Amino acid sequence: MPAPLIEMRGITKSFGAVKANEAVDLSVAPGEILGLLGENGAGKTTLMNVLFGAYAPDAGEILIQGQQVRIASSADALAAGIGMVHQHFHLAPRLTVLENLLIGIPGKSGRIDRAGGLARLVEIGRQHGLTLDPDLPVSALSVGEQQRLEIVKALFRGAKLLILDEPTAVLAPSEVDGLFSALRSMAAQGLGIIFISHKLNEVRALTHRCTVLRHGRVAGRVDDPANTTSAAMAELMCGHEIVPPSRGPSTPGQAVLTLDGISTAKHAGTALRDISLAVRAGEILGVAGVSGNGQRALAEVISGVRAPDAGRMTIAGQNVSRFSPREVQALGLGRIPEDRMTTGLVTNLPLADSMVLPRIGSSTFSAKGLLKPDAIRAFAEEQIKAYDIRCPGPMTRAGALSGGNLQKALLARELAFDPKVLIVSQPTRGLDIGAARFIHEKFLDMRAKGCGIVVIGEDLEELLVLCDRIAVMYEGRIAGTLDSANATVARLGLLMTGAEGKA
Amino acid sequence: MSAVFEQIFQVGFLAAIIRIATPLAFATLGEMFSERAGVLNLGIEGIMLLCAMTGFTAASFSGSLWLGVLAAVLTGMLMGALHALFTVALGLSQHVCGIGVTLFSSGLAYFLYRLIFGQQSVPPSIKGFQTLPIPVLSDIPVLGPAVFNQFALVYMAILAIPLAAFVLYRTPWGLSVRMVGENPRAADSAGVSVIATRFQAVILGGALMGLAGAFLSMAQFNAFTFGVVSGRGWVAIALVVFGRWDPWRSAGAALLFAFVDALQLRMQASGLGHIPYEAFLMLPFIFTIVAMAVMSRNAVAPSALLKPFRREER
Repeated sequence: MPAPLIEMRGITKSFGAVKANEAVDLSVAPGEILGLLGENGAGKTTLMNVLFGAYAPDAGEILIQGQQVRIASSADALAAGIGMVHQHFHLAPRLTVLENLLIGIPGKSGRIDRAGGLARLVEIGRQHGLTLDPDLPVSALSVGEQQRLEIVKALFRGAKLLILDEPTAVLAPSEVDGLFSALRSMAAQGLGIIFISHKLNEVRALTHRCTVLRHGRVAGRVDDPANTTSAAMAELMCGHEIVPPSRGPSTPGQAVLTLDGISTAKHAGTALRDISLAVRAGEILGVAGVSGNGQRALAEVISGVRAPDAGRMTIAGQNVSRFSPREVQALGLGRIPEDRMTTGLVTNLPLADSMVLPRIGSSTFSAKGLLKPDAIRAFAEEQIKAYDIRCPGPMTRAGALSGGNLQKALLARELAFDPKVLIVSQPTRGLDIGAARFIHEKFLDMRAKGCGIVVIGEDLEELLVLCDRIAVMYEGRIAGTLDSANATVARLGLLMTGAEGKA
Repeated sequence: MSAVFEQIFQVGFLAAIIRIATPLAFATLGEMFSERAGVLNLGIEGIMLLCAMTGFTAASFSGSLWLGVLAAVLTGMLMGALHALFTVALGLSQHVCGIGVTLFSSGLAYFLYRLIFGQQSVPPSIKGFQTLPIPVLSDIPVLGPAVFNQFALVYMAILAIPLAAFVLYRTPWGLSVRMVGENPRAADSAGVSVIATRFQAVILGGALMGLAGAFLSMAQFNAFTFGVVSGRGWVAIALVVFGRWDPWRSAGAALLFAFVDALQLRMQASGLGHIPYEAFLMLPFIFTIVAMAVMSRNAVAPSALLKPFRREER
């Protein structure tokens, strides 16, 4: 094996009381793709931020090609040949592709070196199949293209090591293939790549070697990922065996949520056109579809955030077409929105406040116009324990929690009040196996208790395991509804592209 | 009525527009640089006043107007650095610190002025800048005497507009300014120092505000009075929004405001004397509000405006 391109030795980093990394060793050889695995909160992102100079480690050393280096800022990291593609892109949406590329690059005789930048952009594009229109504003790019720009940006700065933090979480399956071939091409030219993901099949397909983190420590290493089973890797990550959830037979009861001819005007995103659905008690209905086909509008209508322009919606038999979010909630609707950071929780407030926010007016949490802080705190503490939400305490700023823990907090908040209907969007997006498994189990528990659940998602495998029936949305309509028993990924995929009529 | 119009629209009117627009253009460009980097500088009103005072004082003691201008610019940079220290280095509220800087600068200007000049029944004055006709160009009919027979500072303002656009859009530093104002994290991860870039932009903005103040006390009024700025700083803040944070559009906005202001001055002086003059005084401000309401509804501020940048944040 060639000498390591980069080596991290004994890295330790704490945030307050939480040890995010403890004595972590990691190395990458030139031309090697290293998988970095771990559950959410295992310390992967922290470790990479240490390597990229965003956080200073409390202990440990970093060696580049055998030389010890001190990386105190991202400028140091760039100078050392380390490039990073963050999970949340570091781009300015209103500036053009080329401007985002040339930021921090010295100009030519005082001016931005446009011609030089263009030439490099074309060259990198040709080498690795990463083409981009230089004069488009970044806001006009698809998520996949923005990611491509981030990769090009790193290469542009002469990166020898590229870190990708969950790059496939935001990509459509067809885009993943393009990314992988670009990464293989870069590795073939001697670049080192660190690939962070929890999608084990991707890790097995792409990486040469894996380092697995658990609770901030190295839990193990995998030398031959292609010939290691996903189950074995999952066990390393979680520390215990992962059994896929099993959905027993259900005996659905009365319809708890019905939509009849619901339409919305085009406002933001795709409008809904004549949607009719029914969810019965004790049933999980999946709503599949390529993102942007009206799923968001559907979730908003059901949760009362947006009023439909036509049609009728009932919850437990009552017409709620014109109800506010608070009113539908009072009738027993729980919701877990798509974006936990913006519409789910208030990231700058203590977790406890966010956890009671929808029910802040109930007599449990306030009386005579005053909050009951003790009750709020007690409720949050109880849920933190019940759902194993990893955080320093109920008064932690919600934004400081990892995605999986936030999702657990949201779930705890809704399930604590025994909803009759639950509407969830992308319930496990960005979550690791353990956390996803936990969320799935809770849904199945609720189903057994007679709750009607609507799961909006893009991951067909997940929907097939979880749901009793799956409706497919296409351009704001229901393209068809299938029973899971006779649905396949291929058939759903056809409906998602609008190729098949009413099934 | 046509007599009134004839009285208003003449060469002198055009020249007046340019003169009124000059301090506004400096101030607006200054505020624009600061805001493009993500820092609202509400200290502008006070900074302009203090610079008008230091410029006037330096000029009247040294006898050199250009030394006065230099003093005003340095004062502006110093106050810019003070604002940046609070808002960029310490990450404090830009609103509160800006108002603080305005109150502090204004108070300091009054205090120093009293200290230096005492209380005089007639405020001391200097022989200010004289018009400097540009050969050939000033002979162009109408445009010549209006634009090319002006103070040196007016020419500087005219040159400052394309220069500002060049710096902002064509230089690496200008790109850094725009980037730290849109997404400081992106700039940081590209190795650009957010703190340094913001400091520089706010200080450059302060220098331009200094030029605005210098123009008022050394070319327009040739004296320092406590009302020498009278809201022009606040107007500049509105003009930046109206100009959508772009040098050309901001300068255009300053020109438009100056047009309405010159118009109301003429209307005051013309035969419309039965209307109280305060009514005319309101015109430019009403115009600003209406123009903002109509034109700026889709204006989008730099995304990181008002947001302090701290690196190690989870």
